Amino acid sequence: MRVWGRPAGGRRASPRVRFDHAVLGSAGIAIALIVLAFLALPIIALVTYQPLHALVHGFGARVATDAIIVSLKTNAIAFAVMVALGTPFAYILARRRFPGRSAVITLVEVPLVMPPAVAGLGLLVAFGRLGLLGHALDALGVDLAFTQAAVVMAILFVAGPFYLRGAIAAFSAVDPTLLDVAATLGAGPLRRMVRIAVPLAAGGLGAAAAVAFARGLGEFGATILFAGSFQGTTQTLPLAVYSLFDANLDQAVAIGVLLILLSAAVLLLTKVLGRSWPAAGSGFAPAIPRPGRAPR
Amino acid sequence: MLHLDIALARRAFELRVALRLGAETLTLVGRSGAGKTSLLRAIAGLEHPRAGTIALERELWLEAERGIDLEPERRRVGYLPQDYGLFPHLSVADNVRFAGRRERPDLLERLGIGQLARARPGELSGGERQRVALARALARDPRVLLLDEPFAALDAITRAEVRDELGALLDELGLPTLLVTHAFEDAAALGGRVGVLEAGRVLQVGRPEAIQRSPADAVVAALTGANVLSGQAVRSGAGARVRIRGGGELLSAVPAEGPVQIAVHPWTLVRAEAGEAGLSDTVTAVHRDGGRLVVRMTRLIVHLPVGSGAQAPAVEPGNVLTLRAAPEDVIVLPGGAAGGKR
Repeated sequence: MRVWGRPAGGRRASPRVRFDHAVLGSAGIAIALIVLAFLALPIIALVTYQPLHALVHGFGARVATDAIIVSLKTNAIAFAVMVALGTPFAYILARRRFPGRSAVITLVEVPLVMPPAVAGLGLLVAFGRLGLLGHALDALGVDLAFTQAAVVMAILFVAGPFYLRGAIAAFSAVDPTLLDVAATLGAGPLRRMVRIAVPLAAGGLGAAAAVAFARGLGEFGATILFAGSFQGTTQTLPLAVYSLFDANLDQAVAIGVLLILLSAAVLLLTKVLGRSWPAAGSGFAPAIPRPGRAPR
Repeated sequence: MLHLDIALARRAFELRVALRLGAETLTLVGRSGAGKTSLLRAIAGLEHPRAGTIALERELWLEAERGIDLEPERRRVGYLPQDYGLFPHLSVADNVRFAGRRERPDLLERLGIGQLARARPGELSGGERQRVALARALARDPRVLLLDEPFAALDAITRAEVRDELGALLDELGLPTLLVTHAFEDAAALGGRVGVLEAGRVLQVGRPEAIQRSPADAVVAALTGANVLSGQAVRSGAGARVRIRGGGELLSAVPAEGPVQIAVHPWTLVRAEAGEAGLSDTVTAVHRDGGRLVVRMTRLIVHLPVGSGAQAPAVEPGNVLTLRAAPEDVIVLPGGAAGGKR
């Protein structure tokens, strides 16, 4: 009997072919094991580094709880700002055609490839006391550097573009005809965005927000340069790991495990979102498709 | 009364259309790319003509010269795009409510889709989708209806059914309605006036029968489904004898002289008796469509009664048939010289 769809099915494989298959098969398994081990071992090592009670004790230490509070607070604010400003911005960028549009999109993507430490330096020389806007901010009585606001800005600068990029892609994938029809049905721009575009792009928006949140949670380089690492004000979880690295490795590892758990939760959330909105996919760095409808 | 006179730049040509539309259905027929969708979108406010005016009664929607260009949400149009544009994430009832901002069970009932109120668009058939889209457009309380290829997404049987229903509904509504389609038969079936759109221009407007009988040119004739042939005419009695390029001849009831283009509809051609003059052509394909045979030939499309297979040679691919038409059914196209105006 011929087995369609499996070209070799009907033919008897020669011994040579069978040998090749066996070798390739075992080589494939070996490669898979090496890759998985490489990815999993550091995580296993962190979790098993100390007995469970020591780990749980580490979670409760003052330095850890301070860092948790700083991390959650700054990330929540950054997240809210990112969604509130980023969503309409991405919608406009996805819908409107204007000169310089590609330049704007490229600008949005620059922070994605900028080393975080350079981003922190940039923020410092832009908004710091001696920076570009330093005098203006000083005159207003605002001093941003080394404050919690600086942490929020660092997270926004580094993680925000992940959301923008995903949101532009998600909005670009919405059938423009539906938004046109909504307009003819009497819906103004805001109602079109809220009632049609956002629900239809929800999967992609959710995935992009989750990726950006995970990135913000792990933010280190920009924060330490622009906001410093002061326990209770600017010391986020990653900064706490770094500052405890010399002093108390057990404690550092405990916070590391905490960050892994948080990130895993976010990853799980994107998977669940991806399942309820199939259009969302995994949402990791989706490409921005070319804009527009071909005129009929 | 909708009044429009616009110029809209397209990639390949400029759409220039002037129309007046009362409480009637005007069907615009044109090939794909003729500018049909662009025209509807311009009326809806989704395209921005570089010049011209659009006005509904005394309400000015567009006056390009004065920079007046009302947003789509401020023009009261019921616009059905080609795939109906239903919102996939909203139920039928919510789709309709989107337009009027309130429940409209009356509209759902009127269009026979009351039982589908909770369904999502993805669960509906093509005909049901169209009715939902119509209900939604009507919930907007439109002053003009714009329908883009409302039958394109339907299969042949549903198409005829939906066309009759829509025709009846449009009569009942009495709204100025502009419907565009690529199929002249849709226009003929819906009644009302028909316009022929080609490369952004309206070539002819009139009753479907009138356009079919006296098409303005070869393009219009071809769109009405006619075979368009070139030939050389010689006066003969009160009419003319047309020697067709590629062989054969047909008689025309109207006088003509010199190079001409003629149009003959597939249903006016019949098989010639042995020895009778006519047009010979080779059959390439035959299929049965209801009570007739649709015969494709190298130069012609012919509809023959199913019984016409009895006469030799049989109506089969490869055989050469000789056909003729009554002189009054042979239309000599205006413009004279082969190639016509374009």
